[in-house]
Amino acid sequence: MSQAVLDALKSKFGDAILSAESKHRDESITVAPAKLVEVCTFLRDDDKMAFDSPVFLTCTDRLGLPDETHRFEVVVQLRSVSKRHRIRIKVPLEEGKLKVPTLSGLWAGFNWLERETYDMYGVEFEGHPDMRRIYLYEEFEGFPLRKDFPKDRRFPLARREWTDE
Amino acid sequence: MGLEITTTKLEDLANWGRKFSFFTYPFITACCGMEFMSVAAPKYDIARFGAEFPRFSPRQSDLMMVVGTITEKQGPALKRVYDQLAEPKFVIAFGVCASTGGFYQNYSVVPGIDQIIPVDVYIPGCPPRPEQVLDGVMLLQKKVAEGRSINQVRARREALERQSEGV
Repeated sequence: MSQAVLDALKSKFGDAILSAESKHRDESITVAPAKLVEVCTFLRDDDKMAFDSPVFLTCTDRLGLPDETHRFEVVVQLRSVSKRHRIRIKVPLEEGKLKVPTLSGLWAGFNWLERETYDMYGVEFEGHPDMRRIYLYEEFEGFPLRKDFPKDRRFPLARREWTDE
Repeated sequence: MGLEITTTKLEDLANWGRKFSFFTYPFITACCGMEFMSVAAPKYDIARFGAEFPRFSPRQSDLMMVVGTITEKQGPALKRVYDQLAEPKFVIAFGVCASTGGFYQNYSVVPGIDQIIPVDVYIPGCPPRPEQVLDGVMLLQKKVAEGRSINQVRARREALERQSEGV
């Protein structure tokens, strides 16, 4: 569907594209965090790419998967409304180094999505104008969508004292 | 002695009035709200039980219907609204989410609103049928008429304590 995008990225960035695959008519590439902004700037500004629509930005926790080479992976989906093609960008992250450069400067729509990803997975986006929790409250500790977060851990804001009614 | 009998009768009379004039504060957060609307609308018609008049100020209501999932983040708001209700106040937990947290067993949902405020009647169901809700309202009416709702019992106990201190 957008094989042309993959070819253009491979010829322009070469080894910076760690891997590229085309499966189920979906094209995706893997990029190291350091190269992410460079690749995305090209995707947005090049006339043949023209990715004008930020579809989603999230993270996957790969804990326990059979091919777990890295724990977290930030996933970015882009779409070009004018060119009618789309691409998915995956950014592998090592545990302990959960830092990705922000894309909110390129697409303002990623601002809140990056905050949500930080809220749920603890991935920090460097250069983000307002990097704090978006859904949860300040008293909450930890990141609930990580697979090692216990399902019964809660941080209550209000509880009553039980009496003998 | 005569005075005691008179006060008991008065309380019964007041409770009889209360039971047919619930002023509902609908604390509606989720899909159960559809069933609440159904109960309030003419087909099931909660007006038959005198509770047809939803008031959107807790100051003007005495029955709080907590309809839907309550998240931890909402907890303080729920508590605050409950504290502002007019005495004597009653609470119905409408649906399993309000009663126990329902199928949400995770970081964000309160496992039953009775963790935060006392509840008189729990209505199960996801969402409950309107008939179940009417059954719950009738159950609350029975409790109120007999003076067995949580806040009535508490008020009576506190009055007794004051009385015994006075003697």
